[in-house]
Amino acid sequence: MGLREKILANSIYVFHLSSGSCNNCDIEILDCLTPRYDLERFGIVLVGSIKHADAILCTGSANRMTIPRIKKLYDQMPKPGLVIVWGSCGSSRGLFKDSYNTGQPLDEIIPVDAYIPGCPPKPEAVIAALVKLKKKILESKR
Amino acid sequence: MNKAVEYIFLFLVFPGFIFSSSMGLFIGWIDRKVTARLQWRKGPPWYQNFIDVAKLLFYKETLIPEGVSRVFFLGMPVIAAAGAALVSTIVLVINANPARGFIGDLVVIVYLLMIPSISLMLGGFTSENSLASLGASREMKLMLSYELPFILALIVPIMKSGYAIRIGDIITSQNNGLVIGSFSGVLSFLVMVFCIQAKLGFVPFDMAEAETEIISGPYIEYSGKALAIFKLGKAMMLFIIPVFLITLYFGGIKFNAEGFIKNIFQYLAILFLMIVIKNTNPRVRIDHAMKFFWGIVTITAVISVVLAYMGY
Repeated sequence: MGLREKILANSIYVFHLSSGSCNNCDIEILDCLTPRYDLERFGIVLVGSIKHADAILCTGSANRMTIPRIKKLYDQMPKPGLVIVWGSCGSSRGLFKDSYNTGQPLDEIIPVDAYIPGCPPKPEAVIAALVKLKKKILESKR
Repeated sequence: MNKAVEYIFLFLVFPGFIFSSSMGLFIGWIDRKVTARLQWRKGPPWYQNFIDVAKLLFYKETLIPEGVSRVFFLGMPVIAAAGAALVSTIVLVINANPARGFIGDLVVIVYLLMIPSISLMLGGFTSENSLASLGASREMKLMLSYELPFILALIVPIMKSGYAIRIGDIITSQNNGLVIGSFSGVLSFLVMVFCIQAKLGFVPFDMAEAETEIISGPYIEYSGKALAIFKLGKAMMLFIIPVFLITLYFGGIKFNAEGFIKNIFQYLAILFLMIVIKNTNPRVRIDHAMKFFWGIVTITAVISVVLAYMGY
């Protein structure tokens, strides 16, 4: 647990990637930035460009149209980068498990670091996931 | 030889790069914290901006888009930071010793203050991204619109100090009466507040790097070290522009206890004014900004120049 891990754990810039979600999770992301939960106090900022991001926040079940784009965005993210899956659809394909359109779960497409279950996840669940993610970064080796 | 070492020290360490960028990052935290408190949030800890920049500078990959000129793409952030560091070096050194400047250093400062915007613009055009070039063209239009009232407002302190274009003379002439104490000084200070808001890319005039529509504009393809150096340049501008205003309107930085405390209050007042304008206004469109700057702001600047000529 050196300086590098501490810095990386305390400054996570998040890029929001919606891979075909129902917009419920996306609204809940904005909830986390509101005065009550205020994720900025942990150094989390929502950025618009993938080139500035340290983490991809992926909502929705990856469908056939978005899978190539998810791969492309993951390649464009400057490393070291994290992938956080937000919501039941992304974690397990949820309701759309047997759909013709969602061929693969997300963690078979890109490596995933954290899952936040829920439909949509509560902000408390997000903060719990964040604590686990920070612990994971702090214990990671180069 | 000794002189060269001294200049390099001045530029890189004390009033220059390292000092002003760390002050700028700290003041960037004040900006984030006050913004958070205005929105009834808690806000980040004081070291947040430092670790953000350290993360980008040391631990992240720097990606270069395929087919762009590497020299231009990676050179522009360095030029922006160097321009901002040079501004802070000149302004602070002259504040410490008003006799030290040269004739026309105010004009040099005006040119150097444009360098970060110009290099941001060129960096945006170089990165071959449609949103980046859109942001860069907006930056160019914004520069065209705010430079005219900026320079007109700058004439008032020059007139008040007996037509001196040396910053040192402007500081020493304010020993018997500040520029802000006169009616024309107040008007030109108001014009200046709007112009620096646009110069720093703060909210009513941040259409060049609008995060929600053209996802941070010219910065979009920058990552890692290049983005970190751009951020340092921006931090230095945020630090030095209120100091520049204090120099022009409030008689410069005084190096005795009472004067220095007054300077800190003046600095914080300008900073809070900027932050409150930033947090209580929506982003305006680029044509509205041009109309605003070439209309009412330029007219106010002209009125203040005429009043200063008449001696008010």
